[in-house]
Parts: sequence; C-alpha cells; structure tokens
Amino acid sequence: MMKKRWQRRHLIEAFVKGLMIVSFLIVAAGLGEILWTILVQGLPALNWAMVTQVPQGGFYLGKGGGVLNAILGSLYLAGGGTLLALIFSLPIALYLETYLGDSDWGRYVRLSLDVLWGIPTIVYGVFGFIIMLAIGLRASLLAGIVVLSLVELPIMVRAMDEVIRRMPVDLEQAALALGSTKLEVAVRVVTRQMLPGIITAILLAFGRGIGDAASVLFTAGYTDRIPTSLMQPTASLPLAVFFQLGTPYPIVQQRGYASALILTIIVLIISISSRWISSRLNKYTVK
Amino acid sequence: MNRQIQLDINKTNLEAEGRLCRPSVVARNRQNQLAKRTFFVITLLPMILIAAITIILVVRSWPILSTYSPKDLFLGSTWKPDSGLFGFWPYITGTFWVTIVGVLLAVPPCLLTALYLSEYSHSFTRSLAKPILDLLAAIPPVVYGVWGLLAIVPFVEDALAPFSKRWLNSIPIFKVAQPTGFSIIAGGIVLAVMIAPLIISVVYEILRTVPNDLRDASLAVGATQWQTIRQVVIPRVIPGMVAAVVLAASRALGETMAVLMVVGNVAQVPNSIFDAAYPLPALIANNYGDMMSIPLYDAALLCAALILLILILIFNILSTLVLQRVLGKNWA
Amino acid sequence: MDTHIRVRNLNAFYGKQQALKDVNIEIPRKQVTVIMGPSGCGKSTLLKTLNRFLELTDDTKISGEVLVDEQDIYARDVDVTEVRKRVGLLAQRPSPLPMSIYENVAYGMHIHQMRNDRVSYKQAVKHYLEIAGLWDEVGKRLHDPATSLSIGQQQRLCLARGLAVEPEIILGDEPTSALDPISAQNVEKRLLDLKEHYTIVIVTHTLRQAKRLADYVIYMYLGEVVEAGPAQEVFNNPKHERTRAYLEGQF
Repeated sequence: MMKKRWQRRHLIEAFVKGLMIVSFLIVAAGLGEILWTILVQGLPALNWAMVTQVPQGGFYLGKGGGVLNAILGSLYLAGGGTLLALIFSLPIALYLETYLGDSDWGRYVRLSLDVLWGIPTIVYGVFGFIIMLAIGLRASLLAGIVVLSLVELPIMVRAMDEVIRRMPVDLEQAALALGSTKLEVAVRVVTRQMLPGIITAILLAFGRGIGDAASVLFTAGYTDRIPTSLMQPTASLPLAVFFQLGTPYPIVQQRGYASALILTIIVLIISISSRWISSRLNKYTVK
Repeated sequence: MNRQIQLDINKTNLEAEGRLCRPSVVARNRQNQLAKRTFFVITLLPMILIAAITIILVVRSWPILSTYSPKDLFLGSTWKPDSGLFGFWPYITGTFWVTIVGVLLAVPPCLLTALYLSEYSHSFTRSLAKPILDLLAAIPPVVYGVWGLLAIVPFVEDALAPFSKRWLNSIPIFKVAQPTGFSIIAGGIVLAVMIAPLIISVVYEILRTVPNDLRDASLAVGATQWQTIRQVVIPRVIPGMVAAVVLAASRALGETMAVLMVVGNVAQVPNSIFDAAYPLPALIANNYGDMMSIPLYDAALLCAALILLILILIFNILSTLVLQRVLGKNWA
Repeated sequence: MDTHIRVRNLNAFYGKQQALKDVNIEIPRKQVTVIMGPSGCGKSTLLKTLNRFLELTDDTKISGEVLVDEQDIYARDVDVTEVRKRVGLLAQRPSPLPMSIYENVAYGMHIHQMRNDRVSYKQAVKHYLEIAGLWDEVGKRLHDPATSLSIGQQQRLCLARGLAVEPEIILGDEPTSALDPISAQNVEKRLLDLKEHYTIVIVTHTLRQAKRLADYVIYMYLGEVVEAGPAQEVFNNPKHERTRAYLEGQF
C-alpha cells in the first residue's frame, strides 16, 4: 500500500534531479578540464630558466630567457596594489560595521561599493590612463599599482564586510558595555575577531589583482626588465602570456602556456593558503 | 566612607603602574570623534570614484559626441578612424551577441546546480562545491582565454561548426560562414564558465533565505521535493534569480581578456553565433596604442568605454538593489 | 491494545550523538498519545521518526523499524511521500504556505491529485476548514493571503491543511506552545474531537497539557523510553523512579 508507485510526479522528480546532478558534474568537471589543459600544455615548456631569467634578446622570436620580469612585475603590482587598497579598505569596512550598521547612509555606501565591484577592469584601466596622462605620469609600476588598488578596493571591502557583518553582536555589545568607545571596539575587538576573515579578504583581492590584464594594460606598460623603481614600466604575467601567444612561433607560444601555468599556480597557492590560514586562525574566534 | 577607600585604592594601583591618571574619558572621546570624521570622509571615496570615472569618460568622449550625431555613431556600421568614420554598431551588437550567448548557456545549468546544492545535496557535496566554485572564480581571465584558445576554439572548429553545418544550416543564427573556431559561440562558452560561479553562489544564497519551515510544511503533506521546490520555493525567489542573472550579464559585458582571445575580433554585425565579432572591451584593449595618432580616435575609444560603463551601471545598479533587498544581511 | 504504530529497536543519531536509544513502543489506535519528558530527552526526535522527517536533517542516522499497521515505513521500497500522506504533522510554529487560505488547504489535495474537479475541491476545503473550526471566520475571505490570519488561526489552518490529505495519524510537535492561551485551548479542543477518527500523537513539555489530553503516555529521558502506558496508570501509579520524580518535579 505504501510501495513506491511510478507516479508521474516521482518520475518528474527523478528526471529533474538527474539534470541537476549532471549540471553540477559539468561545473565540477569544467574546473578539472581547465586546470588539466593548462597543466598539460604548459608543463612541457616550464623549466627553471622560465622562472629565473628575464627575456634575453630575441625572446619573442624563440631565443632564450624566461619570464622572471613578468613574475616579479606581477608580484610588485599586486603587492603594492593590495597594500594601497588595504589602507583604505579596512577603515571603510570597519566604519561600515561599527558606525553605519544598517543605516541609510550605510546602504548607499554599500551600493556604491557593489557598483564599483561591477565596473569592468578595462574601464578602470582607461580611467587610470587618462589620469596618468593628465598629470604627466608615464606607464609605470606606480600607475599600475594605483589602478590595481582601485580595482581591488571594492573586492576587499566586500569580503571584509561580509566577515565583519557576521560578527556576533554580543561581542560588540560586551565591549561597549565595558565602556569602550566605538573606535576602541573597532580596533581592539572587531579586528582581532575578524583577523582570519580579514586576511582571507586580503588574499582574495591579491589573487584577483595579480590575474588582471585589462587594468594594467595601459597603465603599467611592458618591459623585459625587472623594474627597479616605481617610475619604471613593468611587465605582468597576464600580459606576458598574451604577448607570447600573439607571436607566430610555436616555441614562444608554448612558453606562453607555461607562463599561464605559472600564473595559475600562483593563484592556486594563494587560494589554498587563504583557506589554510583562515582555518588556523579561527582557533581564537568566538563562534 | 567606603567610597572614599575605593577611590584611593584605584589611585594607588594606577600610580603603581607608573601612570599618573587614566587616559581621560575626554581624550578617548576626542579620539573617537576624530576617527569618526576621518572614516566618514573615507567612506565617501567609493561614491566619488564612481562619479569621477563617469564624468571623466563623458568629458573625454565629448569631442566625438559633439561632432557626430548619435545616430551616426551608434547605428553606423563603418569604422574607419583614418577617414573619420566611427560607427559603433558592429561593436555594440558584437558585445550583445557574445553576452547573450554566454548568459543563455550559463543560466540553466547554474540554476540547476544551485538548486541541487541548496535543496538536495548532502553537506558533504556542498563542502566540495565551495572550493570548486572559489577556484573557478579565482582563475585569471587570461588563463580562461588560454583555455579557450586551446580547448574551445578547436572544439568549435572541429566539432560544433561541422555539426551545425550539417544539421542546422537552414537556421540563420547557426549558419557557419567562416572556417575558424574564433567565434561568438567560443566567446560565449568561455564567458559562461567565467560567470558560472557568480550565478551559482548568488542563487544559492537566495534559495537559503527561504525558511525551512515552509519546505517542511509542504513535505509534511507528502509533497515530493521537486513539487516543494516548484510550488513553494521558486515562486518566492524569482525576483532574486532574475537579479542574479542580470548581475552576471553585467559581468559578462565587461569581460575583456578572455573573450578577446577567442572571439575573432572582426568588426561586423553578426548574423550567426559562428560568426566572429568584436565586442566593445576588445575594441578598447586592442587599439589603445594607436589612439593618440589619429584625431578623435581617443575620444572614440573613450566613448566606447562610456557606452560600456553606462550599460553595466544600469544592469549593475538594478540587480544590486534587488539583491540587497532579497539577501539583506547575507549580501556578499 | 489495538496497536496502530509499533516501534521496534529504534536508534537515531545526530552525527555521532545518539538521540534515541533502543526505543520499543506501541501507540494505540484512535487515542491521544502524549510523549513527554524534560527538554533534550528526544521527544521531538522520536516524533519525527514517525513521519520520516528526521532524515531531512543533515547527517542523521536511523536504525530499527517503525511499523504502521505492521508495515515498516523505513522499508526500502516504501514511498516516503505516501508515508507523509498517511502520517500528518502539525508543527510547533504555524507555517502557512505563501498562498491564499483556500490554496493552503487545497495544496495537499492538488499534490496527490485527490479530487477530480473544482467543485469537489471547494467542497473539501470547506469541509476541512469546518473541522478545524475555521470556516466561520474565513469562509468569506478564502482568497486572502494566509499570512493575514492571526497566529491561532494560522495553526488551525495548518491543521485543516494536514487533514485535507486524509491521514490516519496526526502528529503534533508541541502544537500549542507558540499560541496564546485561548487559541491553544481551541486547538486542544479540536485535537480531542479528532481522536474519534484519527490516531493522535503529541509531544508536549507541559505536564498539565499532557494530563488534559492524554489517553496513553510515553515518558522519555535522555533518549530512552522510561515508561509507557495508559494515562491513568502512569500519572497515578508510575512504575519507575524517574517517572515519579518527573511527575513530582513538575509542580
């Protein structure tokens, strides 16, 4: 009497569920496919020289060298950009939570941050380029850092805001009840509780910054040398990939794949370490 | 009597600590007020930035906006900067074609995946899904472009296009008119994968806002899970889902690098998904070097950027407003 | 005793934590059975195993048998939606579906396609709203949203909704604890009326309610059934020390 009957609705459910599982597997398999392709195509050309040397003469024609200029360039760009973004992001995020909460102004600020987050990086690049020209700055590490910091700012604030908003209200109120001012609560209590989340936010923004090409395309320039000052142009890994793939020489294209692999590995390392760090630091946080 | 003793004890302790008096309440409050004002100024930054970007783009594209009529600019199909012809229409349509294909390809599987993760899967599957989605979102656009070059373009060229040529040739939008795999469909596929994590995670969050009590109420009278989803859960989340799709579309509109590498960069008004196209971001990225030499070229490219910006701002603001309301505290 | 539900060797786990230990009970037909005990003793958990709701929570494990009319509802080939049709649940917090009053009551019938035409649906809705004691109050505004009702009315609506799928058994998970005293009284009266046709199993944390409603009592402590029997016997002459302590401690 209660046996499973082949009712239409059960069949429909089984069908839909099947579709769902297939969809999920496609998404998961997609990730695997992408990583696998990059690995397989990039690995052959990946060697020690690629990672430790700068392009020698004729690099783009097939002669020797590596992409150290781009690797370091990207690290400098993203490092500087992240640092600069952090200086503004943390106060904004803290202010949002501690003073603004769910107020109207808070909503406007959050809306503008979301809008900034949605602006494509090429627009930031163009904007940066115009400002650069206007103040007479040439394509340089500094310009790239500033534009990247603009790109990373909304990402970082959003990620921090997400973490800070989840903070148990009791914690904040306990601190306030002891007589701290809101500033003190923000600096001493919120920051420490939110430390893992803040670090994750920083790493997340760094990862996005290092992978972006459109913003640094106009502003950081390109060079085969490792920059020694902020005013010099700098190479970046995404652009290195792009330029190497643009040549007609298979050897150079192979090296392009290898450069893409290097970039992917860097991003994977950042992603995995942010997970690891956040789980380690979560020891002290109040749940 | 007692109170007197209390105060003295306090004083003694502090003196023992080497401090003469407590950081006075006045000083701490002054600190607080100063910080409050500084921070307030800092929170103005985002809005100032948006305004600055928009204004500068408008100002710098003014030369071309004032020289040509909107009709010539936006509906014109010829792009010959040397001859002073700036017709954006091929680029605008190219942008829309790639974005629409990308969104259409992404939405069904992503909605299904989000539903699966929210309504059916075990917590184990969900804990697997999170890192997968995070990784997909972290992969740099240029790497997606490389993957597109290596895997998708050949796939289109060797499998999809011949298939379409054989079976779908009579349908205009599937007509294969060029031999390479560099096409709108290739760009669409790459875009779809790029926006997938966004759609899945936002729709998942939206589904999570439906209280379990409602699901239980439906299940308790013997409804199947799919009946529950279809009749109780989904109707409640439709606005949010639409907003999620619009948000993803706004991201797809602006994606430059990955699309540029696989879409062919041929300025034509597309007629089929197998045609190559030239979206606005690619136009800007490819030509920045030549900008300065030809008059009005820079204004034209900045106008392209302006068009892009305005489109994206509209999509973005609308969808964000809806999502902020739907997700409330969980908006991230 | 005319046993409607028989539970044999039931064990339930939330992850590694055991919530039900070797439960063996019988629930009589067409009587009100009350499951009582201190909080955390597993009463709700036990209730949820009776309509296979427990498995909706992540990471739960259930072993043993729950036999309704000697058929194990956990058997492999059993359709869980049919189980839930036969065993209805009235939850603690009223949860009207986001639809009109009419649609709420008709929902279950539509799901199972129990009627043939609009007329019989309308009649059925009226019938069940009357049983729940709600018809007089809402008969004129059937198409208003269900959320416009007061909380007591919502709970009665949920009752009507559950009855509409023609269950044999009605479970109640502290069905009146979220209601004001008058609504609570109303719902209790309905339940007592219903026992003429349905087997009713209620979880409650108030001894007074248990005494008012119970024909049969199951007392639980820390996941185990300590004592079970007809209400008169258990309340007046508890066999176990624990039961006695609970009964006395409640005053």
